[in-house]
Amino acid sequence: MPDLPIILAGVINGLLAGGIYVLVAVGLTLIYGVLHIINFAHGSLLMLAMYAVFFLFKPPVGIDPYLALPIVTGGAFIFGYLVYRWLIGRFNHGRDENILLITLGLSIVIDNAALMFFTGDIQTIDVPYAGRMVELGAAFLPVPKIISFFAALLLCGALGLYMARSDTGKAIRALAKERQGARLVGIDVDKLFAVSYGIGIACLGAAACLLMPTFYVSPTSGHAFVLIAFTTVVLGGMGSFAGAAVGGFIIGITESLGGLLLGEQLGQIGISLIFILILLLRPSGLFGGKG
Amino acid sequence: MAPPRVSPAGPPMLEVKALVAGYGAVRILRGVDLTVGAGEIVALLGSNGAGKSTLNNNICGLFRPFGGTISFEGEPIAGAASTRIVDRGLIQVPEGRRVFPNLSVRENLELGSYRRGRAARPRNLERVTTIFPRLRERWTQLAGTLSGGEQQMLAIGRSLMGEPRLLILDEPSLGLSPLLVEEMFALIQRINADGLAILLVEQNVVQSLAIAHRAYVLENGRVALEGPAATLAEDPALRRSYLGH
Repeated sequence: MPDLPIILAGVINGLLAGGIYVLVAVGLTLIYGVLHIINFAHGSLLMLAMYAVFFLFKPPVGIDPYLALPIVTGGAFIFGYLVYRWLIGRFNHGRDENILLITLGLSIVIDNAALMFFTGDIQTIDVPYAGRMVELGAAFLPVPKIISFFAALLLCGALGLYMARSDTGKAIRALAKERQGARLVGIDVDKLFAVSYGIGIACLGAAACLLMPTFYVSPTSGHAFVLIAFTTVVLGGMGSFAGAAVGGFIIGITESLGGLLLGEQLGQIGISLIFILILLLRPSGLFGGKG
Repeated sequence: MAPPRVSPAGPPMLEVKALVAGYGAVRILRGVDLTVGAGEIVALLGSNGAGKSTLNNNICGLFRPFGGTISFEGEPIAGAASTRIVDRGLIQVPEGRRVFPNLSVRENLELGSYRRGRAARPRNLERVTTIFPRLRERWTQLAGTLSGGEQQMLAIGRSLMGEPRLLILDEPSLGLSPLLVEEMFALIQRINADGLAILLVEQNVVQSLAIAHRAYVLENGRVALEGPAATLAEDPALRRSYLGH
């Protein structure tokens, strides 16, 4: 058993990693809450956004991943919006199950296209601040992780405020529970479905920018995050914003402490354990409604 | 209160002509003609399955009619998007209220002016809470936790937020206690007294005829009876089929 300071350091590291998980999970839970489907393309689209950050960093463009955040986030929003308009909205024929299949198909196409065009090699970017550390007690905290933590919190807070206060946010929440009522007050339901999907994907764009300084990208690098995001969303309660936030941090800490106590190889087992326990004990999740 | 017997003879706002509509391959409406004039309360009566809601949903753009025309203030609206129809000020309070259960009373009302009347939102919030003081008491409560009567008030209040020019009320008395039903009809009359045209879709024949200027009776997808409400209230056929005497 490691000392208390080491455990504390593990908790802080887990919290820092959790910020990104929250961001990815908020996107997933928003799409689930409004469209009532799991976005199977979530991981693939995250991977795509990470490649976008990678190519923007490389010559001839050469933009720092943090500076690329507005571009990639905005681009991801537009991409998600158009994917909904041109693909999901057009071919779902009004059935939620079809959306599920379309996003699954989309992920297969994106994954294989990425393999074809980008090869299976692992790519990284070298930013000068990648190895910089801040000392906090027994913990050495990488600067990029601190930045990503606060940026993710800020973005999630801003999104939460937007959903709570703006007319569009209210309309999206209204739509999630009462589609016909929404139509009757004149809400353009299809457009807001596309906007919601776009916002969900925009979260991935932001996450990609925050991840790339310390992470690698390959055509399969989205998969790890999907499992985590999915567990986070189930843990927090499907469709719950607060749930995704709390869930993301719990998962981050679990993963970090699991790695500390059981070693890197077994560290992830804690996430699967949480997933199984939640399904057994509280299938609606921490913040989920009844049933 | 003495029921108004003379229709305020305004120009027709809503004109439905030879409307044929239904779901999939099933025809429910087989040629319906109906008008609502400015300032009128028009009752649309009929038993379950007569096609009242089908007519409603086609007028509001939730479904596309198979044939016939619908025009609102001279503009054809048959098959138009529901957003465009709301833009014109033709607003429906649907059967079953359809309030947003996960939003507060205030947010529900605010979304009533999502497309229309956004600039006048504060003033209209004030106006709606004057009509329904109960909504003010429930201001921050989630709509899903309200009683049936309160939800009906909220649904009507939400529609008023959009500054409707014509309001369609689909079964507003459904599921309310007798006392609340009385209140609801008195309220509809009061809203109409401000000049708002109302198409009142109801199964509650006696009370609807008491407040309406004109009425239509829908049977098997056709208009079986129509005329001034006072005349229909005395109609022997109508009395036999709906009032049991």
